[in-house]
Amino acid sequence: MFKLGLHAFNGILRREFQRFVQQRSRFLSALVRPLLWLVVFAAGFRAALGLSIIPPYQTYITYETYIVPGLACMILLFNGMQSALSMVYDREMGSMRVLLMSPLPRSGLLLCKLMAIALISLLQVYAFFAIALLMNIRLPYAGLFAALPALVLTAVLLGAIGLFLSSRIRQLENFAGVMNFVIFPMFFMSSALYPLWRMRESSEWLYWICSLNPFTHAVELVRHALYLQLNTQALLITLATTLVFCVLAVLGFRPERITQSAGRK
Amino acid sequence: MSIEVRDLSFHYAQRAALHDLNFSLKTGEFAALLGPNGAGKTTLFSLLTRLHRLQQGQILIAGIDLDVKPRQVMRHLGVVFQQSTLDLDLSVLQNLQYHGALHGLSAQETRQRALKALEPWQLADRLHERVRNLNGGHRRRVEIARALLHQPSVLLLDEATTGLDTRARQTLNEHVRELCQQEGLSVLWTTHLIDEIQPKDRVLILHQGQLLADDQAAHLCQQTGQAQMQQAFEQITGLSKEMN
Repeated sequence: MFKLGLHAFNGILRREFQRFVQQRSRFLSALVRPLLWLVVFAAGFRAALGLSIIPPYQTYITYETYIVPGLACMILLFNGMQSALSMVYDREMGSMRVLLMSPLPRSGLLLCKLMAIALISLLQVYAFFAIALLMNIRLPYAGLFAALPALVLTAVLLGAIGLFLSSRIRQLENFAGVMNFVIFPMFFMSSALYPLWRMRESSEWLYWICSLNPFTHAVELVRHALYLQLNTQALLITLATTLVFCVLAVLGFRPERITQSAGRK
Repeated sequence: MSIEVRDLSFHYAQRAALHDLNFSLKTGEFAALLGPNGAGKTTLFSLLTRLHRLQQGQILIAGIDLDVKPRQVMRHLGVVFQQSTLDLDLSVLQNLQYHGALHGLSAQETRQRALKALEPWQLADRLHERVRNLNGGHRRRVEIARALLHQPSVLLLDEATTGLDTRARQTLNEHVRELCQQEGLSVLWTTHLIDEIQPKDRVLILHQGQLLADDQAAHLCQQTGQAQMQQAFEQITGLSKEMN
């Protein structure tokens, strides 16, 4: 069974990678989005937003440096949702059936898919880090390696949220709602672009919403790991939410939906 | 027995889709499953492929209970769905390797099997071509080759020839029959194209969730006093009365 599982994971990973290579525009758009923030928005925000010294930073940093971990997580967030879209697409187009005909447990297949999506997302994150370094944004080299487990965990969390959402989305057309109701609130109501104390200054209740957002903790986990520090609270919350969403994604996955989707055609 | 369906019933909410179905298929046997729209063919197919959960009854594939050991059953089952399930942007080989990996085959093993399976159809030299560039008939052949890659003992085909021209349909039909004879593969062929049925074929007629007939096509024609299978089918299902 273990050998079969390895073959299956290898097959799923290879397919995700082949599809990723086919869709070069997806790779570019995944990079353009955070780079726009880094180059254009950061220039404007830098002037308006002062940053005090907050952990994990030990000195004053530029706004660009502050948002790099958040933007790396933004790539993972969009990829996680993209995976939901691809699951809905596979379900609508029928190719999900190929996956389900495998003699492996369905939960195992879903987890293989989740890991494959996470690994593909990491390629984009490291491409983004490389560009950030080229733009003279200071990132500790050791931190780039130390952040890998945190990035993997975040990618799995966001992929699991994506898979869970895909089990709730009945049609491809409904996916636009995910943008408005999931991606944007998750990203903007987090510490990705501004520290939470800044948020607290303007609104106490908004601060609490941001504090409850799992994306905030994922960003903080990655931020601290990049600077070779462990944020235990962020790690525990991210681990717990990953586990919850993995279970929800597996439980929410119902093959009956596949025949219903095909029947609508 | 390759397939055994015992006392199978299935309901969608209050509506009965299948009612007390019983039939079996021997090793190397070919059977055509006929039925008008809404007869329950797709539901039966979904139950055989585990896309629906069993509610009542039992299905055994190669002697293994689908409800008890579903993953073992999947090793014995090759499936071609009505709707194409190939990834159009990937090559023929990439599609086959994906399926092979999901069944525990290495990339090398899949390649060897794929070449062997596609050679009779002159498709072996198109392994690296994108599926998008193949015509409907060739895509179907790739799907059949893919379904047989892990060497199953049972092949299920759901309206596999829909949308193909007459020649492609005939070629596929002949090929599947050859596989039955040469490889001992059991085939359940779901279709609504009655002209694909030959007089010696075993025919199962499903209508409103019930199995109305299970016999050789020639016998069904004889029993109903009809010269053609089409008329025999209409008479058995009562469609001729509805049309009149």
